[in-house]
Amino acid sequence: MIHPIPSGTRDVLPDEMRELRAISGAALRVFQEAGYGEVATPALEYEATLARGDVAGAPGGAGLYRLFDEQGEVLVLRSDMTVPIARLVATRFATAEPPLRLCYLAHAYRGVRPQRGQPREFLQAGIELVGAPAPQGTVEALTVLCDVLDAAGLEGYRIGLGDAGLYRALLDGLAIAQEPRARILHELATRDFVGLEREVAALGLDAELATTLTRVPQLRGGPEVLAELDGRAGEAAEGLRGVHALLPARVAERIIFDLGLLRSLGYYTGAIFEVYDPALGVPIGGGGRYDELLGRFGRPLPAVGFALTVERLHIALMGEERR
Amino acid sequence: VSGLTIAVPRGALFKDTLDRLDAVGIDTAEVRENDRKLLFREAGIVTMRPSDVPTYVEAGAADIGVTGKDVLMEQSERELYELLDLGYGRCTMVLASVAGDDPLAEALRRLGVMRVATKYPRIAARHFEATGRQAEIVEVKGSVELAPLTGLVEGIVDLTATGTTLAENGLVVREEIVACSARLIANPVAHKLKAAAIDALVERLRAL
Repeated sequence: MIHPIPSGTRDVLPDEMRELRAISGAALRVFQEAGYGEVATPALEYEATLARGDVAGAPGGAGLYRLFDEQGEVLVLRSDMTVPIARLVATRFATAEPPLRLCYLAHAYRGVRPQRGQPREFLQAGIELVGAPAPQGTVEALTVLCDVLDAAGLEGYRIGLGDAGLYRALLDGLAIAQEPRARILHELATRDFVGLEREVAALGLDAELATTLTRVPQLRGGPEVLAELDGRAGEAAEGLRGVHALLPARVAERIIFDLGLLRSLGYYTGAIFEVYDPALGVPIGGGGRYDELLGRFGRPLPAVGFALTVERLHIALMGEERR
Repeated sequence: VSGLTIAVPRGALFKDTLDRLDAVGIDTAEVRENDRKLLFREAGIVTMRPSDVPTYVEAGAADIGVTGKDVLMEQSERELYELLDLGYGRCTMVLASVAGDDPLAEALRRLGVMRVATKYPRIAARHFEATGRQAEIVEVKGSVELAPLTGLVEGIVDLTATGTTLAENGLVVREEIVACSARLIANPVAHKLKAAAIDALVERLRAL
């Protein structure tokens, strides 16, 4: 008899489970050694809680799983752990002295188009470091991230590092009006540089400024790319330089500065990052600073965190083995 | 040569694409000589139908690729970088119907909805939604021109370069939806990990 399961979900059998458990076990050990305490939150949250996190703007936002409880309240399956932990910190640690170091191993749910490494139910291993401002907090998160990937045995990985506010700051600096600005940001979010060039050309700026707007999001490489900002978006560039200066060498050598990096979640404020490996065509995980999210829950504290998708890390590890 | 795996579309964009690759120093002689072979390790080229290019590039099975804007619009949910308008393969996505009194307009007026056949159901649906008209989209795989001639539909949404096929079947263009051309696309991870190779190739293609 065949009894189907919902699209985008799957069963895990012992061989795979053993390997997944080895990865998540290594991650939790690293988290613990770094002083992070493991927490769990309900898979179901009130829709209003996730709405505070502005996750509706995410591609998964349209695909949130919603249901009603017996009171008629709208519940959602969590689409990540950052927002639930922000709620948890504001509620359970309302007066605790920061910094707070929390970690988790939990499933999250997004109604995405199911494909390799992108199921609708996926396992995330991650940390949230609350009350640690930039740049030290960011450096700590990046260091723990590398420690986890090293402990899992991944070799060829790199970390793309950018700033969520950088491009907006560029647009602010040039006083771009609301409407063309929205069109430009749309082209950027859909990774369409042909469209970006078209929209920027339509602004009628002088050639040098137009080149800056089309070129900056395509800059990626060593710390020298920051120099190409020519003092524009200075705050974001300073932030990235500050992080870079404090990184241990073994972390710094993994970093690719990426001035076009965008994360789909709405709550990021400063440094953002993504993990890449040559053995996998999609990012293995990512994170960044969300200095304003805790404030929306009534406990304004700067924070940074990351999540790795365990299934993707597993695929990348197997891919590296085969090379 | 470039250290990149390039997805090259067979069909209408094939020859122009190989010409550009030759011009930037990627030897495509072997690809031109082999009609059946699909994978050319030496040149770093894999060949496939244009609508498969985004699939390979999104998954990272190819680092970069060439395909039409029509394909990219139809598969707009794919996580890809669109790097460059290559300028060739120019054509237009149009709404067409049988010459004479427009059967689309009559269907819309009297039946409230028009039936339209296409290989591009999402581009068509988006166009009618954006222009506030109700349309029933009929997806076909083969010659779309047949559909309005047999009474299956009142009109078609299809790509046309010269309009010859439309004219031969007694169809006329009623609306132009969007102009399309060949685009260079990249896998998001390769775009970071192979940045220097990709940027160098883009620069050389842009300079042609």
